[in-house]
Amino acid sequence: MRKVLMGNHALSYGATLSRVQVIAAYPITPQTQVVELLSEIVADGKLKAKFIRVESEHSAMAACIGASAAGARAFTATSAQGLALMHEMLHWAVGARTPIVLGNINRAMAPPWTIWTEQNDSLSQRDTGWMQVYCQNNQEVLDSVIQAYKVSERVLLPTMIVLDAFVLSHTYEVVDIPEQEKVDEYLPPYNPPYRLDPDEPHAFGGLTGPDGYFELRYIIEKAMEESREVWRETGKEFGEVFGREYGLTEEYKTGDAEFLIVASATIASTARVAVDVMREKGKKVGLLRIRVIRPFPFDEVRECLKGRKKVLVIDRNVSFGFGGIFYQEVKSAMYNEEHRPPIFGIITGLGGRDVRVEDIMEMVEDVERREKPEDIIWKGVRV
Amino acid sequence: MEGGEGMRLPLPEREVMTPGHLACQGCGAALTMRLALKALGPRTVLSIPACCWSVIDGPFPHSTVNVPLFHTAFETAASTASGIRAAFEILGKEDVNVVAWAGDGGTYDIGIQALSGAAERNDNIIYICYDNEAYMNTGIQRSAATPLGAWTTTTPVKHPKSEPKKDMVSILAAHRIPYIATATIAYPEDLVRKLERAKETKGTKFILILSPCPPGWKTRPEDTVKLSRLAVQSRVFPLLEIENGEKWILNMNIKKPVPVVEYLKPQGRFRHLKEEDIQRIQEYVDKEWERILKRCGLA
Amino acid sequence: MKPWKPDIDRKMVFKSVKEYPPMAVSLYTMMFNKTGTWRTVRPVINYEKCVYCLMCWKFCPEPAIYLEPIEVKGKERMKPIIDYDYCKGCMICAEECPVKAIEGVEEER
Repeated sequence: MRKVLMGNHALSYGATLSRVQVIAAYPITPQTQVVELLSEIVADGKLKAKFIRVESEHSAMAACIGASAAGARAFTATSAQGLALMHEMLHWAVGARTPIVLGNINRAMAPPWTIWTEQNDSLSQRDTGWMQVYCQNNQEVLDSVIQAYKVSERVLLPTMIVLDAFVLSHTYEVVDIPEQEKVDEYLPPYNPPYRLDPDEPHAFGGLTGPDGYFELRYIIEKAMEESREVWRETGKEFGEVFGREYGLTEEYKTGDAEFLIVASATIASTARVAVDVMREKGKKVGLLRIRVIRPFPFDEVRECLKGRKKVLVIDRNVSFGFGGIFYQEVKSAMYNEEHRPPIFGIITGLGGRDVRVEDIMEMVEDVERREKPEDIIWKGVRV
Repeated sequence: MEGGEGMRLPLPEREVMTPGHLACQGCGAALTMRLALKALGPRTVLSIPACCWSVIDGPFPHSTVNVPLFHTAFETAASTASGIRAAFEILGKEDVNVVAWAGDGGTYDIGIQALSGAAERNDNIIYICYDNEAYMNTGIQRSAATPLGAWTTTTPVKHPKSEPKKDMVSILAAHRIPYIATATIAYPEDLVRKLERAKETKGTKFILILSPCPPGWKTRPEDTVKLSRLAVQSRVFPLLEIENGEKWILNMNIKKPVPVVEYLKPQGRFRHLKEEDIQRIQEYVDKEWERILKRCGLA
Repeated sequence: MKPWKPDIDRKMVFKSVKEYPPMAVSLYTMMFNKTGTWRTVRPVINYEKCVYCLMCWKFCPEPAIYLEPIEVKGKERMKPIIDYDYCKGCMICAEECPVKAIEGVEEER
């Protein structure tokens, strides 16, 4: 069934089709529609779930963790300040190996108050062990929730589905809503190896000294490593079942591209248009969209960047005192590679400043004029 | 509670918790858990935030309570328990107690938001606060539960606790939850009765259990039960129940109270008190007692 | 008979990641930890004085006192027995005994 949906509602439908069992969420602009629609769906009896109207985001994640540990599929959604407030519990969800899926609407951090899009909120959490998926359209948002549960429950690590504030969350697009039966075939019920159960009692998370903790961290990293292939496999399977295939990355006209743009989220979909315009003018340019940044898609990135003349990484975020985050990570991934190209990074669109096709084309021209990369290049700031 | 033919035991016989755990000698919190698990039975799931019990239960991969236990972050005892209960409800698991088990720090201070949230939603959990009146697990720092005049490492002898104990019972009563009770280890039958009543009640239940701590109170390990008895007999810790936040029931109307100085004397954390300080504390206890009597319709 | 029995005789330290569960979950009890070694004083029950009120059993924090059915003057009683493997010597039992039937004996170390 095709419907015109805002990004937030695509999240709600994704969670509904995934048959989530416990939802604990707290409102924050621009996430509110996610949970508003879900609470209606639950109240209407269309989804058999418990909706806990928690009193803060920290409690939202704590409740999701408790529910997941007890054997229920848990979901929540938040943004910026809310995600930041959850931070302690994000670490907890990973250590407890609870495969929660969270929808994060990328919103710039306060102060000053803002509600518009930027990636710092989710990227600040990239060390926690959460897997992260950056979506470029509402179809991908809905599909990614379903795929994320499959991956998360296989490797026992939580996933955040990330979408840009307003540009996706509140923008209406045509979305194909899969049939519940097909989703049920693709996504089996949640069945964790250990759960809170009086018939088989365990204590979860007991004190662990230096004689035990190291291995637990190693085990989590191994799960992250394993997840790369699981993302690929389940993405392919998604294509077979639903007709839309997903990878860790997505390439557009990269075949003979000499100039490569690396971008994520909605900037990537704008860049796709820019690529077409530039191609028409004869420029050999292509686009690598990074969809999953944790686990980092080393193989895909290294393979795609090999031998290019120039690479431009566009960041809608900044790690103060260092630079663009996707830029840092892509550069570092290429450092030991034999045929690594010169990699440039540009920071743009912070606080929701619009990034248009012309802007991207100007960025490409700017980089073409430069001989050497710099640590930070800004685009669109009124200096 | 049968034991042997025709033999009635004062408490349920079954030991849910087994020995070998890391509680100090004479630990009030350990006895509180032992008694609570007797009352609640093995079909109990515990949500335990940072507190002494995070350590007492033992290190990974060991546990002493023999029931499912989820160690959780400091401020999340109640919110984790709410999530656990929601999961059991949706999974159709009805015959399980979901218990948040927190110290006074994780209840009066950092955990109060989550507790208030759960109480406001009337989530079907039993919230048990074992109160040793300070942050004992981190080395005896002052909490809102520390009583007036007490020494702690952050209220040293030159500046002992200048505020009275936060009135958690009234705060929870204001939430109008179905059942609130205070209890202590010196009255184990009363404690068990109250937990059994909490088990049978739906909604949020709050049980505050005074659990003396020898290293924190600077008392002899053998005095732990005696001190909790003196706390009740001196009117410092009234044993009461509250139904729906409105009906207050005084379980023990102490007609001939022990002077509060008898309760304070054996405790090193009060050793620095002067005559006038003890007098002030006695006056405070007397005033609080009058308030309780009024609430219970016994004034 | 003691109502508890250790399932393992020492603290478990897994030799490799292969033996670990995916997250820190308990797989054993704490009974390997014979806390009787903590004692400096040992409580000893004088069963001639004991009236089988079970105060000691009620108030032991471990628990390190268990019950065994016994017949006393033709009546069914439960006899409290201290498990010295685990008794930490806190002496709450001695303090609470209403007939002073429990004596503290210095441990020889």
